[in-house]
Amino acid sequence: MNRPNPITRKLAFSFAMLVFVGIALMFVASEYTAYQVTTALAYGIAILGLNILTGYNGQFSIGHSAFFAAGAYVSAILITFAGWHPYATLPIAAAVTFSMGFLFGFPALRLEGLYLALATFALAVATPQILKVDALEHWTGGVQGLFFDKPDPIFAGLSVDHSLYLVTWLVFVVLMVGAWMLLHSRSGRAIMAIRDNPIAASTMGINLALYKTTTFGISAMLAGVGGAFFALANSFVSPDTFNFFIAVYLLVGSVVGGIVSIPGALLGGLFYVFGQEYAEEFSNLSEMIPPPWVTFGVLLILMMYFAPFGIWGAIERGWARLKR
Amino acid sequence: MSIKRFLLATGIAALTFNPALADTTGITDTSIKIGNTNPYSGPASAYSAIGKTITAYMKMLNRQGGINGRTIEFISLDDGYSPPRTVQQARKLVEQEKVAFLFQTLGTPTNSAIHKYMNQKKTPHLFVATGASKWGQPKKFPWTMGFQPTYDVEGEIYAKFVLENVKDPKIAILFQNDDYGKDYRDGFLRGLGDKKDLVISMLPYEVTDPTVDSQILAMKDSGANVFFNITIPKFAAQAIRKSCEIGWKPLHLLNNVSSSVGSVLKPAGLDCSKEIITAQYQRDPTDPQWKDTAGYKEWSAFMDAELPGADRSDINYAYGYNASKLLHHTLQNCKDMTRKGIMGCAANIQGLQLPMVLPGITVNTSATDFYPIQAEQLSKFDGQKWVLFGNIIDASK
Amino acid sequence: MDLFLQLTLAGLAIGSVYACVALAVVMIYQATDHFNFAQGEMAMFSTFVAWALYQVTGSIWLSFLIAVALSFIAGIIIERVIVKPVENAPIFNQIIVFIGLLMIFNNLAGWFWEHTTKTLPSLFPKHGIESTLISTHNLGVILFTLLILGVTFCFFKFTKVGLAMRAAAANPDSARLVGISVGWMLALGWGLASAIGAVGGVLVAPIVFLEPNMMSGVLLYGFAGALLGGVNSPGGAVAGGLMVGVLENWARQYVPGGSELGLTFALILIVGVLMFKPAGLFGRVIIKRV
Repeated sequence: MNRPNPITRKLAFSFAMLVFVGIALMFVASEYTAYQVTTALAYGIAILGLNILTGYNGQFSIGHSAFFAAGAYVSAILITFAGWHPYATLPIAAAVTFSMGFLFGFPALRLEGLYLALATFALAVATPQILKVDALEHWTGGVQGLFFDKPDPIFAGLSVDHSLYLVTWLVFVVLMVGAWMLLHSRSGRAIMAIRDNPIAASTMGINLALYKTTTFGISAMLAGVGGAFFALANSFVSPDTFNFFIAVYLLVGSVVGGIVSIPGALLGGLFYVFGQEYAEEFSNLSEMIPPPWVTFGVLLILMMYFAPFGIWGAIERGWARLKR
Repeated sequence: MSIKRFLLATGIAALTFNPALADTTGITDTSIKIGNTNPYSGPASAYSAIGKTITAYMKMLNRQGGINGRTIEFISLDDGYSPPRTVQQARKLVEQEKVAFLFQTLGTPTNSAIHKYMNQKKTPHLFVATGASKWGQPKKFPWTMGFQPTYDVEGEIYAKFVLENVKDPKIAILFQNDDYGKDYRDGFLRGLGDKKDLVISMLPYEVTDPTVDSQILAMKDSGANVFFNITIPKFAAQAIRKSCEIGWKPLHLLNNVSSSVGSVLKPAGLDCSKEIITAQYQRDPTDPQWKDTAGYKEWSAFMDAELPGADRSDINYAYGYNASKLLHHTLQNCKDMTRKGIMGCAANIQGLQLPMVLPGITVNTSATDFYPIQAEQLSKFDGQKWVLFGNIIDASK
Repeated sequence: MDLFLQLTLAGLAIGSVYACVALAVVMIYQATDHFNFAQGEMAMFSTFVAWALYQVTGSIWLSFLIAVALSFIAGIIIERVIVKPVENAPIFNQIIVFIGLLMIFNNLAGWFWEHTTKTLPSLFPKHGIESTLISTHNLGVILFTLLILGVTFCFFKFTKVGLAMRAAAANPDSARLVGISVGWMLALGWGLASAIGAVGGVLVAPIVFLEPNMMSGVLLYGFAGALLGGVNSPGGAVAGGLMVGVLENWARQYVPGGSELGLTFALILIVGVLMFKPAGLFGRVIIKRV
């Protein structure tokens, strides 16, 4: 769908600006806001994974909550039982969820569209059940879950929340850069070709199985990293937190942000967290106004009418129109 | 950033050195800000009646002039029974809205998620709306206090009842597969002592399951003659009805959470519900024996005035009223209106009879006892109403 | 043996409700290529409407019929007003619209009618003889669902309108060329699906009790059932729904660890089946030509 742009100075500059903006915002944000944005970023990282898988590679998933949960639990378990430093658990969470996704990619090869959706949905629904199984209770904390402390600030003088926000933000930017580079490489073109016309792609020599499973792995890995940050931000994990609805919300964030885009992931995460907040404030204005989720639902529908390519899509198009 | 932080740091230092400047966040001479989280949406939305009741009570209080001249700003936020959302809403209430304390936050997993946080922030986490056993630990968590009789103690009461009254018990347990369900279950097992192998069937269910029919079928097939039913109202009604349908008549012990005649027994079928036993601490609104008591009349008048359209057979409305009354009493008689002072007042209640709590069961707290209500009485359903029997069982003794 | 029979029959009863949902899902899918996530919540909303009508009329059958009729109309309106703008949008956009509808219906129901559990009487009154194998209501549910399936099948196969709908779904352009108003066929599809959903809701409410979250569990199973049976086959969808109901009960009871992981096993089984029959048990595999 999008013609890839060559790496330009402008782009590198944009990413650098992102980092600076993120850091600058930290100085004006309260601890609570920093925490909120951290959760939005955690979702955003997972959404980035979903964008790559579904937007760029055409594989449908409503089961990313499973990988989100896996990443969260890997982190939680290592922190609680092995005493690891929270940030050190991130690469392990990434590796584990990458493997999960890669392995899941194999059976997924045989399934398409709705049927793949069902398989991923099965995974999402099974996740809380598996996490609650008595036999695993020693490791997972069972229905109670696991509680742990947030990581200590990386610089003295920073609050715990601000510090975590900073780390999450930096990791997110790095991942966005990585995603950008992946999608603008030969592999990226292969990934998109598979989405647009799998038969032609295969005819041209692209190894569908390898690309599809690897993409699934990468996507799951991002969801896992997002899940790990989510766990750190909330200081706990519990099985019922990671239910099927998380997968639905990730999809919502993905589409509303702009499913075939990278910045859309950030916007999607922010939309999900702050959209709810504003819907709630709107509803609390008067007893005559329906509950927040009704407002949010209406908002979703309106977004699809007026921003069919997501918020990022609308920005891109608006910008293009301004330039003319 | 640095100047603000410097001032903040010195401010904090000043506070810690000067005990007279105690924490009065959210409290002024003319107002007090109270926060609450409640599941207004999501799988536990049936409990939203509690949030509505408390909100209505606070409105009524304000119309009457508030508490000791202070208007109450009661902010109740939806957490959808999702612990991460509870964390978010609690932080919003404490850090942004700067409430004095949180009151009647609902749910076991949800409160677990903010348990440590509230104590770190030294903000009272009062009268939480859950019966889990962990809320009464004044040494470890001095800012958190429970409210209702705990699930595990109730489970023990049932276990003891079975051991004392059933000759050859073969026990089946149906439980919700989460914190609340397992708390009850574990209490029951503990109450059985070394006779745990009397339990021949222990089956869980998820809140997202449509029915518990297959579990009931399996339990009947196992030959159990005692059934400990740990379910929330919707599933309790299903379980009772299904047992009735298939002709399974065990000794049926129903957890208090689902003892409402209107929300559970009536839908299940009043005839089917005969002989069911539960431990009570509240007055069921549909029970005619309370109609002429002062407590019921007071609650009824409140419902007429503030929540006229509500389904009064739902015991959650009585529950919310009881909790509100408790808070009202606590604040009314509190001289030291600071966060620490309020906590102290909450931990200093003796013999308070709440209007919709069983007569004889009173609220008692102290510096070492953070369980306000600890007594229950067993009752049996006769097809029309709950009939109390036996003595009041006081777990604090 | 008794237990097995009871489990199977109970599974068929709840499975019939899944089947209704699955049928509604398939109807919309066949007519419009959309998968409507909001189907369950719309059905729940219709059931609340039936309940409200019952409070006024005192007759469950009358309330049921009016609710079904209203749902039919509402389905048409929703399609024409809310779904039409995203008719040609990417599938993800449509899904988000449906999710939005889901949120709206679920929370509106709670707002209008409170969240306390309500009862709705069964359409099938008890007779003198009650078998402990299966209740009158459950039996009624199974039979009624099969009746609905039969009517739907005949509608599509033997009526002009049914034919027009199938044509509009299979080949919209050709259908337009012969004068079929494709847009209104889509709306009709939605209307019928909503009506069937309402039927499912009124059938299930006596079993699971009426409250805003009544359908969320059921929808997931209905979806699974539809896919197991094959989304382009209404008969398959019903069979799939029934199978899911029974499979889950069997899994819970007979598979070790099933009591905790019943749903998981059932889903694994379904996915396993799909691996071998990717279009569902009774679905037709569509060959793509390059």
